[in-house]
Amino acid sequence: MIKLEGVTKQYGNLKAVDNLDLQISAGVFFGLLGPNGAGKTTLIRMLIGLAKPSSGKVYIGNMEVERNNNKQKSMIGIVPQHTNLDKELTVRENLIFCGKLHRIPPEERKKRIDKLLDFIDLKEGEHRLSQKLSGGMQRKLMIAKALINDPEILFLDEPTVGIDLNARRNIWDILKAMKDRGKTIIMTTHYIEEAEYLCDRVALMNEGKIFFCDTPENLRKQLGNYTLEYFNQDKKTEYLYYKAIEEAKDFAAGLDTDFTIRETTLEDVFYNFTNRKVM
Amino acid sequence: MEICTVLWREFIFFRRRLLQITTAAVISPLLYFVAFGWGLGQDVSINGHSYMYFIIPGIIALTTMNTSYNAVTIRINIAKIHEKSFEYYLTSPVNMYLLTLGQVLAGSLRGLYAAFLITAVSYLIGVQIKINLFFVVICLLNSLAFSAFGYFAAMVIDSHYDMNRFTTYIMTPMTFLCGTFFSPEHLPGPVKFIINLLPLTHASVGLRAIALGGTAEMFSAAVLLFYFLLFYALGVRASFREM
Repeated sequence: MIKLEGVTKQYGNLKAVDNLDLQISAGVFFGLLGPNGAGKTTLIRMLIGLAKPSSGKVYIGNMEVERNNNKQKSMIGIVPQHTNLDKELTVRENLIFCGKLHRIPPEERKKRIDKLLDFIDLKEGEHRLSQKLSGGMQRKLMIAKALINDPEILFLDEPTVGIDLNARRNIWDILKAMKDRGKTIIMTTHYIEEAEYLCDRVALMNEGKIFFCDTPENLRKQLGNYTLEYFNQDKKTEYLYYKAIEEAKDFAAGLDTDFTIRETTLEDVFYNFTNRKVM
Repeated sequence: MEICTVLWREFIFFRRRLLQITTAAVISPLLYFVAFGWGLGQDVSINGHSYMYFIIPGIIALTTMNTSYNAVTIRINIAKIHEKSFEYYLTSPVNMYLLTLGQVLAGSLRGLYAAFLITAVSYLIGVQIKINLFFVVICLLNSLAFSAFGYFAAMVIDSHYDMNRFTTYIMTPMTFLCGTFFSPEHLPGPVKFIINLLPLTHASVGLRAIALGGTAEMFSAAVLLFYFLLFYALGVRASFREM
């Protein structure tokens, strides 16, 4: 469904995305994980046609992504990192406006808006101005905006950044439900637990490159299912990875310092490869 | 479709902010009436007409210019830089020619509304200038030209601060030089030549000709139409560059 061939995006001397090859099948919830400045947003902008690759090609549904291709635009929904609501309009008016832009006939538009408002649990607040909504509600409305045209592919750029834990979990439920409906979802995030919870496949990205791409489980397995964490003699935290918990316990028995043995997380995988924490 | 969509959204905005929009459109022209009309110009007459009759068409031209320009620049500027809602257009399957036209029309309607208010105020204070259909056409063309210019300006700037450049170097000089408060006929040749190239001059001259009972200035209307088409084309081009 989505294919990138040798895609590079260069800004001056900086390679925001560096010679990337990637393929994402239909119906997959795909996570792009990486620290700020890893190139995730640039990659998304190229996928949605808002930025042109310096070299390489991007395909969506066998069509090369072009700027101003209305057929492609009809296939996708986008939830950007920043709030993109029309603050002078109410919740419902925001959705009507987007529906009109997508040329959805009035009756069908009304049906879809009613369904979406139920889906994102904003029916009661539909006549509130969007600027009066909480951060979490605004995010949910942005997701509804992105879904108004019933897109095949949904792009989410840091969809839960800057909102509280309850709202985040609420949005996770919405995204899970979207996944169950068979949508292809591409999400960037720097929240590890978000990627672990939601994604079928995760790409670890740093300095414009994807250096690992697999299921969260396989990524963890490759490193070792268990992590031994202890403070070494140089007063630095040491991380060691083991396939079996017994191996970790055996090693820990010889330590004369406090230690922790826990299940390996995606953050461990990321840290091991980039030597840099994601959060 | 895009035109109706934009007009629908702008009508909601207009309805919600009717009082602010109305007072903002009327305050400056009222001050011009008081300062230049009743204050400075009480004993002045130009070409046999009292100064008040002379400046009201200029103030209408000026107000339609400012209102149309600001209506579009502020809305687009906020949508593009502050709300980031403009990006939604760029990722929606819209016809950019029609979308731009919708924005420009919405701004020009705000300009016409301001022109109506000023005309109404001038009638209320007893200055009853002559108005016909061509007067309305000139107001509309002036509004369209500056609304399109406002759209173009908003599309090419990247920050709120950049907006001041257009206001300081283009809008403010035109406000005072383009035949709004005095006839440009008496200015030195080169200055007069430059001023005669500017759209607001043609709006002032065209409206004044009708308001004072003269003949319709077709040339002025043609110049305003030319500027509208030019700025509209530049605005569309700038929109495509954003995509």
